[in-house]
Amino acid sequence: MFDPYFDSVAAFIAMGEHGFFVWSAYGLSALLIVTNMLVAVRRQGRVRAEIARQARRDGARTSPKAGTSSNSVESNQ
Amino acid sequence: MWKTIKRWYHQLGSPRYFYRFCEAVLPWLVPVSLALLAVGLIWGLVYAPVERYQGDSYRIIYIHVPASSGALMGYIAMGVAGLVALVWRMKMAEVMLKALAPFGAALAAVSLLTGALWGKPTWGTYWQWDARMTSMLILLFLYLGIMALQNAIRDPRQAARAAALLAVVGVINVVIVKYSVEWLNTLHQGATLKVVGESSIDASMKWPLLISMAGLWLLYAANVLIRARTEVLSRERRSGWVRRLVRDEEA
Repeated sequence: MFDPYFDSVAAFIAMGEHGFFVWSAYGLSALLIVTNMLVAVRRQGRVRAEIARQARRDGARTSPKAGTSSNSVESNQ
Repeated sequence: MWKTIKRWYHQLGSPRYFYRFCEAVLPWLVPVSLALLAVGLIWGLVYAPVERYQGDSYRIIYIHVPASSGALMGYIAMGVAGLVALVWRMKMAEVMLKALAPFGAALAAVSLLTGALWGKPTWGTYWQWDARMTSMLILLFLYLGIMALQNAIRDPRQAARAAALLAVVGVINVVIVKYSVEWLNTLHQGATLKVVGESSIDASMKWPLLISMAGLWLLYAANVLIRARTEVLSRERRSGWVRRLVRDEEA
């Protein structure tokens, strides 16, 4: 069971004449999935940077009394 | 049991607790999902035997089935989140509704594309307007429609309500996708993996399929947690704990 099914790398790439279909299927899937993950991670970085920038601006204006303007309600409504 | 569920509902329903939950889970969720995906795909592509009638094109199954089932499960999760958002107005349900859509849409697209590329050598056509394929295309449109609604309406809570309604109504399409191969006469083959009863797929092909399925589903979960965490930060940006968090990270 744990011997590779294909005799050679060439046979693996050829996929019994179906190489085009198999590899374009996997290529397109990888493209869509990887792009989606990267977009999610980059958006997170952007939002964090934005909040940090805002916090610095606020900190410069008022003395650091962070947490007083809190509207962080611990309810889920 | 009921108490545990209730506690989870309230804890994970709190944005701050949810954020901490993500911090704890994501560092291992991403590597585990990638490792499972790698094992499943290499096993399926390199070691699994060939299918007697379809030849090596059947190896598309190792991405096609995980992506299709992931897109369907993601949609069901959106339906549940939508229901909770509509009935209980729970903030985190709205956040999840938004976080679930993009990767689900990508998986629906992967399902359609890989299905077409599998259909050509197997059925002789990339596309056929049959029940399974058409309902899967509708699933992609539902995902895209929900994303469009969320972006089109300015007020996030109103946007969430509209999206939630579409998500709940659209669940009927998931049922159609699932049973289209049993009730209707379609080109698509019936299910080979069964939760109840004997699967009609050999163990040498079933295990790599189940492993890559677990991998892709967990990667979906990781994607959702990353997106939900971003959404929580964005919505709670004026709250004390987010400001303290950002400040602590800067220091």
